[in-house]
Amino acid sequence: MTAARPYREEDTAFAVQAPVLIERLGACLPAHGLLIEESERRAYECDGLSAFRTLPLVVAIPETVAQVQAVLRVCHELGVPVVARGAGTSLSGGALPHPQGLLLSMARFSRILELDTERRLARVQPGVRNLSITETAAPHGLYYAPDPSSQIACTIGGNISENAGGVHCLKYGLTVHNVLEVTLVTIEGDIVTVGSRALDTPGYDLLALVHGSEGMLGVIVEATVRLLPEPLTRQVLMAAFDSAAAAGEAVAALIAAGTIPAGLEMMDGPAIQAAEDFVHAGYPTDAAAILLCELDGGEEEVSADVAHTDARLRAHGAHDVRLATSAEDRARFWAGRKAAFPAAGRIAPDYYCMDGTIPRKHLGPVLTRISEMARDHGLGVVNVFHAGDGNLHPLILYDGNQPGELDEAERLGAEILELCVEVGGTITGEHGVGVEKIDQMCVQFRESERETFFGLKAAFDPDGLLNPGKAIPTLTRCAEYGGMHVHGGELAHPELERY
Amino acid sequence: MPSDADRTEAIVDRVRAAHADGTRLAIVGGGSKAFYGHPVDGEPLEIGDHRGIVNYDPTELVLTARAGTPLAEVEQALADNGQMLAAEPPSFGGAATLGGTVAAGLSGPRRPWAGALRDHVLGVRLVDGRGRPGRFGGEVMKNVAGYDVSRLVTGALGTLGVITEVSLKVLPRAQTERTVLLDERAESLYGLVERALRAGTPVTGAAHDGSGTRLRIAGADSAVAAGAERLGGDVREDDDWWRDLRDHGLPFFSDRAGQALWRLALPPGADLPGLDGERLLDWGGQQLWLWSNADAGHIRLAADRAGGHATRFRGPDDDTPAFTPLDPAIMALHQRIKSVLDPHGILNPGRMYPEI
Repeated sequence: MTAARPYREEDTAFAVQAPVLIERLGACLPAHGLLIEESERRAYECDGLSAFRTLPLVVAIPETVAQVQAVLRVCHELGVPVVARGAGTSLSGGALPHPQGLLLSMARFSRILELDTERRLARVQPGVRNLSITETAAPHGLYYAPDPSSQIACTIGGNISENAGGVHCLKYGLTVHNVLEVTLVTIEGDIVTVGSRALDTPGYDLLALVHGSEGMLGVIVEATVRLLPEPLTRQVLMAAFDSAAAAGEAVAALIAAGTIPAGLEMMDGPAIQAAEDFVHAGYPTDAAAILLCELDGGEEEVSADVAHTDARLRAHGAHDVRLATSAEDRARFWAGRKAAFPAAGRIAPDYYCMDGTIPRKHLGPVLTRISEMARDHGLGVVNVFHAGDGNLHPLILYDGNQPGELDEAERLGAEILELCVEVGGTITGEHGVGVEKIDQMCVQFRESERETFFGLKAAFDPDGLLNPGKAIPTLTRCAEYGGMHVHGGELAHPELERY
Repeated sequence: MPSDADRTEAIVDRVRAAHADGTRLAIVGGGSKAFYGHPVDGEPLEIGDHRGIVNYDPTELVLTARAGTPLAEVEQALADNGQMLAAEPPSFGGAATLGGTVAAGLSGPRRPWAGALRDHVLGVRLVDGRGRPGRFGGEVMKNVAGYDVSRLVTGALGTLGVITEVSLKVLPRAQTERTVLLDERAESLYGLVERALRAGTPVTGAAHDGSGTRLRIAGADSAVAAGAERLGGDVREDDDWWRDLRDHGLPFFSDRAGQALWRLALPPGADLPGLDGERLLDWGGQQLWLWSNADAGHIRLAADRAGGHATRFRGPDDDTPAFTPLDPAIMALHQRIKSVLDPHGILNPGRMYPEI
């Protein structure tokens, strides 16, 4: 996939008559809920993956579920593609508009409908920001666990569509583990509810299927999420290592010894330096890697865990282990990690964030390979990632104003993702496929598997109107991509088992 | 003990042939849950000899095994490394296989706090109803590439494909586990657990067996000791009781003439439905086991009013639907999904619902 051409011919073969569409939409939306002027539509041309831009044909901003239903019925009848959008923070182009389609902004659905502190659940509209759920629940000693780094802005509808993660997934799970019930409007305009407040639901697990479906099965109009009691205690340790491989081994040792930290994050040397220059978190800039380890729970549990963890980190090569002794210390330790992306933005004009996940045991060799590959492409890479669950976020540094550098960064990114698949991992841990990684889907899945995905999409959306051209590559796309990757008559990774 | 073997090819051949000539197949693992759902009118497809742990590295917290691997073998391998299946799936008499366990999707007493079995499924290999092998998900903790087919087939009772291999997230066992016996009413179970959790007590089981309440707490020695003290009551090691609850080995679960065993899944803190019959409450009040000869409609209405649903878990042979009937729009989606993965309807047809 390249930023220059996000959609292929077969993705844009819709016959849409704009005047008819606009007239019909005018009948189902208030005047301010329909944007037609180019200057207004321009604000929606991209999401968090800003290298990719497309102007939508129209933008609809409904305020009621009935309006969503009416808009979808019109689009269904007229064969118009629909891309739903929350806050537009997707890093994979999940909310990139379709040039022939309608961009459906769910921004007005921003109310928390119910907060049940006794049963620990919240019923929310899809445009509610992730962090605002926790903010609303906090006075009652409760919080919503998944915390993607964009949580101040990203919305729960988008979180469900992407199955968003965060830094606390190893212990508290992804979005799919924390959502009880979702109400969707289908492309036909019908309302269906999947999941329930009970701990299971009769029939197939459609709730799981909706998570991570990237807006291709239906439009989310309501969700009920589970809240957790705020842990009574949190402690954060920072450990410095002479090599990333040693830090990786320490992670494995901690887990082998039976500790599941609430958060376990790694930063490599360049990331430490960039973060330290930016926010002065007190990181040891001479270290090749640091681990940040958060332990939470009851007082007794946490003090036992801190003692064990400290000993194990030292036993596995940490030359410096510090325990944050105050809330300010803890915040400072995390500040560097949380600022890692903007810090990368200070050392290069642009960066491109990757999202592969690998079995943790390959951490050391994979980091070495990534730095070799980056050198071959003449680009720098900064590594910050969720070490506990093997979710890498290499940030490829480039300058978009230099001709060819973006293309080079995309090529390096593709190679990194394919390396993740090669070692038994995946091309995306939490950011989604979107338009960004759609070509690499050809490497991770074979044709019959992709056919199954298309079949499942068609079960919900037979005409393929919801977010077309995203997430699941067509056969012709893969044929072309495969063609580009045949070297000397062999596929890129002939050693891969492709059972 | 039978040796490990990869029988994928034979399974693929069998399903392909069945797809071609329309033969219906009844997938059989260890047969430990033959009572669950409806009988399938089809030729048995035995997967019990397709077995063996394929990959298990305790530091990765992931175990991958072929579907016919006995659940007991998986549990033993994990226990040898101080780990466990956090969802505590039942093995009912011991013959359960990993594939059957995932196909049934049932979870044990730890479910409300540690998550359901589906929450720990990271990936599957699946032979679909056309006989096409495929791999969905994988062996890593976070993976959003493609739709979540591995969780879709968890609990689908073999109607969407023959599961041939499963990768599960596993977790460390707690250092210490204790049971606290309390003289409390079933109605107060949810509130009791909530107060304990919010006080920092690591609760991993909460049941009321008709006479008293049992809370299981597990974690670091110090945390368990402090939690038990906060709760008061009689403290003991009682692993067998929880295993017997999980596997229906408690006397409560013995067959009763003319009655069916119902499982009601309820929302947190729900008022317990006023249904007659012997009952055992699990999952901190969110799973009610009930022996009853009442009409299915009556039981399902009561469960629905409480915000949950009722499964006729086992009982005398009759035509009562085992699972709560689905809303027509949801059933239509089920039928379309079934036709994607099993277009000729040859895999366990009718095991779950007559339409799929």
